[in-house]
Amino acid sequence: MAKSITQEFVKGLWEEIPPFRLVLGLCPTLAVTKTVQDGIGMGVATTFVLVCSNVLISALRNVIPSKVRIAAFIIIIATFVTVVELLMQAFTYPLFLSLGIFIPLIVVNCIVLGRAEAFASKNAITYSLADGLGIGVGFTLALAALGSVREVIGSGTFWGASVFGPSFQPFSFMIEAPGAFVCLGLMLCIMNLMGKK
Amino acid sequence: MWTKSGQKHWERLYKMRELIKMVVVLTVLSTFSGGLLASLRDGTKDRIEYQQLKFVKGPAILKILEGASNNPIVDRFKLMDGEVERSFFVGKLDGKTDTLAFESSGKGFGGDIGLMVGVNLNTDKIIGVEVTTHSETPGVGSRAKSDPDFVAQFTGRPLMETYKVKADGGQVDALSGATVTSRGVSGGLTDAGSIYKRLKPKLVEKLKDFSKKAVKTKEGEQNG
Repeated sequence: MAKSITQEFVKGLWEEIPPFRLVLGLCPTLAVTKTVQDGIGMGVATTFVLVCSNVLISALRNVIPSKVRIAAFIIIIATFVTVVELLMQAFTYPLFLSLGIFIPLIVVNCIVLGRAEAFASKNAITYSLADGLGIGVGFTLALAALGSVREVIGSGTFWGASVFGPSFQPFSFMIEAPGAFVCLGLMLCIMNLMGKK
Repeated sequence: MWTKSGQKHWERLYKMRELIKMVVVLTVLSTFSGGLLASLRDGTKDRIEYQQLKFVKGPAILKILEGASNNPIVDRFKLMDGEVERSFFVGKLDGKTDTLAFESSGKGFGGDIGLMVGVNLNTDKIIGVEVTTHSETPGVGSRAKSDPDFVAQFTGRPLMETYKVKADGGQVDALSGATVTSRGVSGGLTDAGSIYKRLKPKLVEKLKDFSKKAVKTKEGEQNG
């Protein structure tokens, strides 16, 4: 049962990688992966919230009464989300413009509350830190993967730079909402096939 | 009897303790959260305002005040115009602080058209006009923003004038097929003229302050 801290970190990268294995947090996964940049920006913002809220909730786990724990978790999570929102506006304004409403929506991202309830409220601070970081990095990787596939096929660019040259006709279906579902479905399928072996 | 009532008493006390703990924990958490966010908001307020100006209105301001030796987005001031607060961006062109850029708006086909208007306070002439925000028909009214020839026709004209499109007996060359948009821009420009007329004495005062500041820093540089 007792896992090492490294194991807690690594599990978020493959075994429990949020959008593919846990199939959680699909709202930002589908909405902000039009480009790699947006995907990574969203991932980093979520990781920050996840790590901070995991650590704080773990530190306060013996203080918070269990009857009001969800309310307390939401206060903590919402505070960190607002911190991220203000910092993004102050330092990376273009990213804030393209992510828009999905930054405040991290509050209701079920990955964050899920980790708080399932892990941080029961484990020590160091383990919670490793768990939050692992899940966060896994989420970022997943968004980056989805974002690169959609951006390369949908707009013919990667990180804003052209990949195929000017003669490429972008397959713009991929950057629309249905393209996001199809792309996520195919990736889930690949992940499941790989997991079977 | 005695033991039973005693047990009840302790149970009630325990419940009270739990209740108080819940209230205290939530209150303390909320207080800390509120305090942290308020101070962070105060700390980032100026930077956020600067970023908004830089990315939303900045390109238009910099285009109008092209070649300015200062940063017009930093050198800005606010003035009350009746109930409305307006921002003015100071441009230092050819060593003289006598140009300003400010916003006005006109009614277009799909809503308000935001204009950034640059003016020289010595000559009262327009030095440039840019469309900032609009919701005009793409490819038709949107050319007010994308076609540089349309806004270029205003450069060098007096600002305090009533602008009308040629079809209405005025002087503005309308965009073909986008008369309503062109009327909106003309109306916005006329508005800009009346704002400028109302506030000009105050603007002149403010600019004097700015040029003094600029001179002072120069002297300071020489001395230091």
